[in-house]
Amino acid sequence: MLRVIGKRIVLLIPTLLGLSVLLFLWVRSLPGGPATALLGDRATPEAVARINELYGFDRPLIEQYFIYMGKLLQGDFGTSLLTGRPVLEEFTTRFPATLELTAVALAFAIGLGIPLGYWAAKHYGRWPDHSSVVLSLVGITIPVFFLAFILKWLFAIKIPLLPTDGRQNPRINATHVTDFYVLDGILTREWDAAWDAFLHLVLPGIALGTIPLAIIVRITRASVLEVQNADYVRTAKAKGLLERTIRNRFILRNAMLPVTTTIGLQLGLLISGAVLTETVFAFSGIGRFLRDAIFNLDYPVLQGFIIFIAIIYSLINLLVDVTYSVIDPRVRVQ
Amino acid sequence: MTTTLPPASGSTAPSPDPETPGPAGTSLFRDAFHRLRRNPQAIAGAVIVTLFLLVALLAPVLAPYGGEELPGRTHITPTHIPGPGELPDFVLGLDRFGGDLLSKLIWGAQASLLIGVISTAFGLVGGMLLGILAGGFGGWVDNVIMRLVDILLSVPNLLLAVSIAAVLGQGPYAVMIAIGVAQVPIFARLLRASMLSQRSADYILAAQTLGLSRRTITMSHLLPNSVGPVIVQATLTLATAVIDAAALSFLGLGGGRPQTAEWGRMLTYAQNELGIAPQLAFFPGLCIAITALGFTLLGESLREALDPKSRQK
Repeated sequence: MLRVIGKRIVLLIPTLLGLSVLLFLWVRSLPGGPATALLGDRATPEAVARINELYGFDRPLIEQYFIYMGKLLQGDFGTSLLTGRPVLEEFTTRFPATLELTAVALAFAIGLGIPLGYWAAKHYGRWPDHSSVVLSLVGITIPVFFLAFILKWLFAIKIPLLPTDGRQNPRINATHVTDFYVLDGILTREWDAAWDAFLHLVLPGIALGTIPLAIIVRITRASVLEVQNADYVRTAKAKGLLERTIRNRFILRNAMLPVTTTIGLQLGLLISGAVLTETVFAFSGIGRFLRDAIFNLDYPVLQGFIIFIAIIYSLINLLVDVTYSVIDPRVRVQ
Repeated sequence: MTTTLPPASGSTAPSPDPETPGPAGTSLFRDAFHRLRRNPQAIAGAVIVTLFLLVALLAPVLAPYGGEELPGRTHITPTHIPGPGELPDFVLGLDRFGGDLLSKLIWGAQASLLIGVISTAFGLVGGMLLGILAGGFGGWVDNVIMRLVDILLSVPNLLLAVSIAAVLGQGPYAVMIAIGVAQVPIFARLLRASMLSQRSADYILAAQTLGLSRRTITMSHLLPNSVGPVIVQATLTLATAVIDAAALSFLGLGGGRPQTAEWGRMLTYAQNELGIAPQLAFFPGLCIAITALGFTLLGESLREALDPKSRQK
């Protein structure tokens, strides 16, 4: 098991190296080159020449790449052009927000998706099944940002129940230990702060979680349908096992394999979706910061954030494979 | 997604449709077409897609006003934007700039169709070229291409498109190329997997025994039998392309002027008017969702129709 994980991590290295080369070339191909991107409107020829010399943009490409990689390996991802702070710091202070949002979205998608999918399969061909199939189709095709608008309009303007902007009410004087606002509130026993931070997560979480929800419902339904007529389920029924035992130990356990993979695959979607959701809900995570970085061509941030996201994304895929072998012993043997 | 397809002359398919000649000799695609015609989901998808195509193509005839015209400028006040039914000349009302909402939705269909089709075609051609090279040659060519595909797949799709669009500068062409390039790895991997699963088939062995060249085998035997999953994916990708194009212009990467008729951009500007004119967000959003639904329905029914597992039912 450990050897397999080790091998996968080693295989990750060439992929990330390749990505770093692509990103490096990508920044060099920005319109006007990196110096112009750095200076923006202040790009006079003299200033460009000065920046080129200062950052070594006038040296041979290969040399530039090695200098860049050397810094990267020391954890130096450059400084943001927008805020002047180190990229690594910008990422680590914002990532908890996105992680919190993703966790809520995923909890919503899994917590509702698996029971719904199971329920649909149980009532195959009848209205619960039909309605869940139709709803999941709608869920897949509705754009994240449109759904975010609908939720915002419904719960902020029509029935003002939930907050729609930011991560926490600025009037609450909360202490922040970890940058996970809900967790902070619990740790410092500032219950009102934790509750308020949670309320701020509800609408963005639902908006972000709807597509994964729809996909999980479909996969669970299809997977349960395939499993529930298997011989071992019939045998379990014939033995007179409790409905609950059959469901949990025979049907769901076997049906969960494709669902696990699907959940893993959704994470990439969640990160992309976070850019849109955080923009609509003015939620200051990595998604919104990325959007600002795109607009201002803040290339050190773009470069750094994409590498971080690729690392996280690849590690999650690895985690999915490991989970897979925990659920299914057959995979382990191979 | 490594659905394998049987050789083109499907002999297992029973054909309940009395009009079709016997099962023997019907090609996979003709067979699939018959199955599609009986599937209500496919019909619904086809109707939506046809409607969307008609609206997009006939936009100059259907739209009461031009895409960037602002005929209702005088009716707009900072606190009021006329909604559906308020003014007889503007059925769905006006937008913030005084443009006719209905006209902009119709012209927006054209923009979405263009971006969707061109970017998917771009991704399809690029991905198929890489897939044919990788699946046809194998060996180091396969290795190099697949590592490149792995690298591109290590960045979430939309994020990849956004980064590419950022380099290319803002504008509709940047959006098309960005979405297209982001699709390349998906098609490449799919076609390669599909070709690999066919490589050990008996008919390939037969072709090799006959002494056919590798190019002939790849192009006229391997490719036609592997392309099914790719066609399905392309239909489904059209849905994602329409949504992603809207997302990119929603994020402001579409370029052009604020009043340009494009669904994603209409949503960007609707954001600030959510309190006084929610319809400005509602209609374009609905158009994107329905179009995406149409392509998804069609793609899924195609998948079912081409899937050998469902053929036996």
